Amino acid sequence: MMAAFSVARSSCGLINGLRVSFRSLAPVKHGAVAAAALQTSLLPDCRRYSVGHLSVKERIDMKRKAALVGGGQKRIDAQHKRGKLTARERVELLLDPESFVESDMFVEHRCSDFGMEQDRNKFPGDSVVTGRGRINGRLVYVFSQDFTVFGGSLSGAHAQKICKIMDQAMTVGAPVIGLNDSGGARIQEGVESLAGYADIFLRNVLASGVVPQISLIMGPCAGGAVYSPALTDFTFMVKDTSYLFITGPDVVKSVTNEDVTQEELGGAKTHTTVSGVAHHAFENDVDALLNMREFFNFLPLSNQDPSPIRACHDPSDRLVTSLDTIVPFETTKAYDMLDIIHAIVDERDFFEIMPSYAKNIVVGFARMNGRTVGIVGNQPKVASGCLDINSSVKGARFVRFCDAFNIPIITFVDVPGFLPGTAQEYGGIIRHGAKLLYAFAEATVPKITIITRKAYGGAYDVMSSKHLRGDVNYAWPSAEVAVMGAKGAVQIIFRGKENQAEAEAEYVEKFANPFPAAVRGFVDDIIEPATTRKKICRDLEVLASKKQVNPWKKHANIPL
Amino acid sequence: TFDKILIANRGEIACRVIKTCQKMGIKSVAVHSDVDASAVHVKMADEAVCVGPAPTSKSYLNMDAIMDAIRSTGAQAVHPGYGFLSENKEFAKRLAAEGVTFIGPDTHAIMAMGDKIESKLIAKAAKVNTIPGFDGVVETADDAVKIAQQIGYPVMIKASAGGGGKGMRIAWNDEETREGFRFSSQEAASSFGDDRLLIEKYIDNPRHIEIQVLADKHGNALWLNERECSIQRRNQKVVEEAPSTFLDSVTRRAMGEQAVQLAKAVQYSSAGTVEFLVDSKKNFYFLEMNTRLQVEHPITECITGLDLVEQMIRVAKGYKLLHKQEDIPINGWAIESRVYAEDPYKSFGLPSIGRLSQYQEPLNLSNVRVDSGIQEGSDISIYYDPMISKLVTYGATRAEALSKMEDALDNYVIRGVTHNIPLLREIITHPRFISGDISTNFLPEVYPDGFKGHQLEVGNRRELLASAAALYITAQLRSQKVLGNLRKTCWRLILQTSTVEVDGGKVEVSGQWNLASTLLPLTINGTDRMLQFKVRVLSKLAAELNSYMPEKVAEDTSSILRSPMPGSVVAVSVKPGDTVAEGQEICVIEAMKMQNSLTAAKQAKVKKVHCKPGETVGEGDLLVELE
Repeated sequence: MMAAFSVARSSCGLINGLRVSFRSLAPVKHGAVAAAALQTSLLPDCRRYSVGHLSVKERIDMKRKAALVGGGQKRIDAQHKRGKLTARERVELLLDPESFVESDMFVEHRCSDFGMEQDRNKFPGDSVVTGRGRINGRLVYVFSQDFTVFGGSLSGAHAQKICKIMDQAMTVGAPVIGLNDSGGARIQEGVESLAGYADIFLRNVLASGVVPQISLIMGPCAGGAVYSPALTDFTFMVKDTSYLFITGPDVVKSVTNEDVTQEELGGAKTHTTVSGVAHHAFENDVDALLNMREFFNFLPLSNQDPSPIRACHDPSDRLVTSLDTIVPFETTKAYDMLDIIHAIVDERDFFEIMPSYAKNIVVGFARMNGRTVGIVGNQPKVASGCLDINSSVKGARFVRFCDAFNIPIITFVDVPGFLPGTAQEYGGIIRHGAKLLYAFAEATVPKITIITRKAYGGAYDVMSSKHLRGDVNYAWPSAEVAVMGAKGAVQIIFRGKENQAEAEAEYVEKFANPFPAAVRGFVDDIIEPATTRKKICRDLEVLASKKQVNPWKKHANIPL
Repeated sequence: TFDKILIANRGEIACRVIKTCQKMGIKSVAVHSDVDASAVHVKMADEAVCVGPAPTSKSYLNMDAIMDAIRSTGAQAVHPGYGFLSENKEFAKRLAAEGVTFIGPDTHAIMAMGDKIESKLIAKAAKVNTIPGFDGVVETADDAVKIAQQIGYPVMIKASAGGGGKGMRIAWNDEETREGFRFSSQEAASSFGDDRLLIEKYIDNPRHIEIQVLADKHGNALWLNERECSIQRRNQKVVEEAPSTFLDSVTRRAMGEQAVQLAKAVQYSSAGTVEFLVDSKKNFYFLEMNTRLQVEHPITECITGLDLVEQMIRVAKGYKLLHKQEDIPINGWAIESRVYAEDPYKSFGLPSIGRLSQYQEPLNLSNVRVDSGIQEGSDISIYYDPMISKLVTYGATRAEALSKMEDALDNYVIRGVTHNIPLLREIITHPRFISGDISTNFLPEVYPDGFKGHQLEVGNRRELLASAAALYITAQLRSQKVLGNLRKTCWRLILQTSTVEVDGGKVEVSGQWNLASTLLPLTINGTDRMLQFKVRVLSKLAAELNSYMPEKVAEDTSSILRSPMPGSVVAVSVKPGDTVAEGQEICVIEAMKMQNSLTAAKQAKVKKVHCKPGETVGEGDLLVELE
C-alpha cells in the first residue's frame, strides 16, 4: 500500500468491535448499585416530602436526570457553539469508556441570598462534576467544572466536592486531573467562595509531590482561581478558548491604562510562549483530552510508585547510527537536540513540556525500553543552548517533578555557559540559575548524563554533572569540558603572548576533547554516539534499584 | 589500471564510482565541501580533501582547489561523475596539462558535443538524423523571436552549454519566446558562465530514447542498447527503463548504429550517451550527446551485465574494449525511479529540504539496487541536487520488474523530508505506463491539474480503515500493558488477527504488530501488504464530539505570497504601492539551480515586500503581502 496515509476520522462502524473489548476490561458501572439499594428499602408511599406527589425514587431519578444536563440544553448548545465540550463530555472522553464513578451528584449550593435559594437556581451537583475513573485501566480522580451552571463559578459546595476527591486521591495514591472552565468566584456566596478556593489551594499544596496533579484549562480561569492550576504540577491549555489571568482586560485598562485583549493577556499563546505559566497548548478540547490520556500514560500514580514501565516494541539495543554524524565539526554550528532525543527514545515518542517557552532548554517525557524517563537537554539551535533565567526555572521545575515521582532523569549536555548581560544579572540569573543547580543536586532518582559537545564553565557543573551525584556520566567523542571556550581562555592564560593563534591551538588540543574529564573520572566513559540508547537502557535496568536518601530536614529551602 | 583515482563529485555518483574502485583494487580520493564533511562518499573513500565552502561554485566547481587536491593526494586519474565538471573542457585541459588522466572522452569530443550547435553539424555530417529547424547563437530577445518565427512554433529554447533539461523552455508564441530568452540566458549565465542559447523546432508528443555507447581509444565503439526516459517533469527525467517497450530490433539497430557512427566521427572514447527524440512513427532525431556517465546508467548495467564505470576506467587507461557488438545482450528488464526530496503535489515536484530523520532502503528485497549517497541523519540542503537515490529493480520481464518496483517503493522509508514516492508509485502502476503508452508529456497529460495524490478506491479505503482501526486497537491495548497496572492480568491475549467491520463490510487484518517499526507488514483479507502509517484514529465518541470542534480559520492566501520552497530570491519585480494584475510576476526564487517565477493570485495593490534579491528564504516564508 501507499506510504504516509492519513485517516482523519474513523467511520462509525469500525470502532464498535473495539468498544466491546473495552467494556470487558472496565466493567465499573457508576451509580447503579446505590440506586438499587434505595429502591428496595424505601417503598413509594412510605415517606413524602414537600414535593408531595413524588416518591423518593422518582425524586432520585429526577435529580440524576437534572444533574446530567447541568445548566440545561440551551446552555449546552451555547457551550458547543463556543467550540467547547460540556463538563460531562470532557470527563467521558478523558476516561476509559464507562469507567467514571461520580460522587456528589446530589450536592447543591447552600446560598440563600439574592434569590439563590429558589428551586430554579438549584442544580444537582452544582457547577462541577467530580469523581474517579480510569485511563487505560489506571486510577485517576477528576473534577470538571461545568460552565453551563452559573458560568462554572465556584461555590462553597463546588469547592467541597473538589476537596473531597482530592482527599481521596491522596489517601489511595492516585493523580488528580482538573478540567477548569469557570468564570471565577460565586459572587453571591461571598467569603464562602473565597474559603472554598483556599481549601483547594491547601490541598493542592499538601498533595504536591504526593500524587501528580494536572490542570487542563478549557475555558476562563481568572482571579484567585488561577492559583490552583499554578500550584499543580502541569497546566495545559486549549488554544483560542482558554484564558488565565489575575485580572481581566477591563481592570487592566482601568488600573494601568493598557489596552489588551483577553487572548493577548492570558490566552494559550501568551502563557506557553511569554509567561511560561502553561506547559503546553492543544488545538481544541478533543485534541487536549486525547493528549491528556497519552500524557497520563507517562506518569506514576503516586510518589510511592516506581516510574511506569509499558510494554515496548523498540529494541533496547538498537544502534542509532545517525547520531554518529549529528554533531557538526565546527563547534559554533548548531544542530537540533530534538533530533538526538527522538532518535534515542522508544519509538521517537517524546512528550515535550513547554516546547515554545525558553527553547534553549528542552524538557519532556519519553520512554526507554518501556520505562518512563524525564529528558533534559540543552538546545544548541536556540541561543547556542545557553542557560538563562527562563531556561533554568523551566529545567528546575521539571527535574523536581521527576525526582518527586521517581522518574529517572536523562540529561543531554551541550552548554556554552550562562547567558551574560545586564538583563540577566538584574533579573537575578544568580538565584534563578541556582534553582536548576539545586534541583539536579537534590534529585535522588537515577541520573544519566550525556555530554554531546560543549560543557563549559559553571553550566557544566549544573547540568547533572558527576559532582552532583550523577549516576552515569558519558561523553561523546565530540565533547569538550572546559572552563570556557578557547578564545576567551587564551586571552587570560596567555595574556600578552604574541602568537594568540598558536596558544589557541594548544588550548584546543588540551581541552577541546573529552579527555580532561575522562582521566579524572568525571565522565565514566567516552562512548560512540550510536550506542547511546543501548547504554542508557542497560544502565536504567541497573539503576532501577538505586536507593539514595538526603539528610533529614523539615523541608529543603530552594532559592525561590 | 590506476593506483589512485580522485572522484570530483559528491552524493550517489561519487559513492557509485568509489564502489567500482574498491572492486578493482584502486584507492579512491573524495573531494567535499565543508558541509559534506561527514557525507557518505567521504566516509567510503580512502582519502578525502575539502575543496571549499558549501556553494558548488566554490567547492565542486572550484578547479583550483580540485587540482590542488589531485596534486596533494597524487591521484593519477579523475572521474568526474555527472554534472559539475564532467563536461567541462577547461577542466579536462588542465588535467591533461598536468598529466592526469580524465576518465571520460578526450577534450575535443567534449568540446564538439558540448556545443549544441556544433554537435548537430557533426551529427549531420556523420549521417545521423537531426531535428529540423536547427539554428544558431542568439544575441537579443528580438533575434530570438525572429529565429523562432523562421523555425515555426513551437520552439524550444535552452542554454547551449547546459546538459539535461535544465534551462530548457518551450515557447508557443513571440511573447513566450522573449520570456524564455530572458530566463534561459539568466540561467545559462548563472549555471554555466556562458550565456549562449539554442532555439530549435520542438517536436510535439515525443519519446525520449537514448543509446548508451562505449568506445575505446583504438577506434572501437559499441552500442549498449537503449534507455527509455520519456517520463519527465519539467524536462527532467523521473522514471527510466531499459529496454524500451517502443523499439523493435530494426529501429534499435538503426539508432545504435547511428550513435556509433557519431561516436566514431568525434573519435569518442569512454562511455557516452546519444539522446534521440522518437516520434510516434518511430522516426528518430538526434538531440544531443552527453559525454559522460548518465544518471540512469544502472539500468543499462542491469540488462547488459557490464559495469560502465569499470569500462570507463579501463578505456581511460588505454585498454581495448573486451566486448564485441554481438556480445551485448538484453537480459531481462530494468526500471529506475529517481527518488527526490521534493513535493510532488507542487508542479510534480518542488525541492524540499530537511534532515532524513528516518531512512531505510528496501535492500531486504531481491533484484533491487539502490544507488544513494545519503543515510539516516543526512541533511538535504539547498546547495545541491535534491536527489535521494536511484531505485533500480529488474526482472526477467517488464511486469516482474514493475511489480518489484511497487514492492520496493512500499518498503522504502523516508522521513524528515517530503519525497516523491507517492508520485513514482502512481506512475509505475498507471495503466498507460504499464501498457507502454508514454511520451515526454505523460505527466501533464495524465494529471492535467497536477498530481493530487493517490485516489483510494472503495475497497482500498476499506482495507486501510480496517488496518488503521486494528493498529489503533493494538496501540490502545499496549497502553494498558503497564507494569504494576491493576488490570494487567486481563491482558494476556495479544491481538494477532482482528476482524473489522467497515461500512457494513468485514475486513480481516492480521500481522506482527510492532508499533516501533516504520514498516507494517499486514495480511489484509489474505493479501500481503506493506504499510507505512502516520495515522490519527478517533474512537466513536471522540469522532462525535469532534464535530463540535470549530474549524480553525485558515489564513487568506490570495493576498499573501509565500515561498513554495526553500531557495534564494533572484529578483523582486514589485515594490509597495504597485498594482499587480492576476498572474503578473511578483518575484523569482531560485532553488537547486532552477528559477521559479511567482505570480499574483489576484489583481491587487502591493502592501508590503518582505524579501529582497539575494536573500535566502525557507519554505513558507512570507515574501510579499497584497492588499
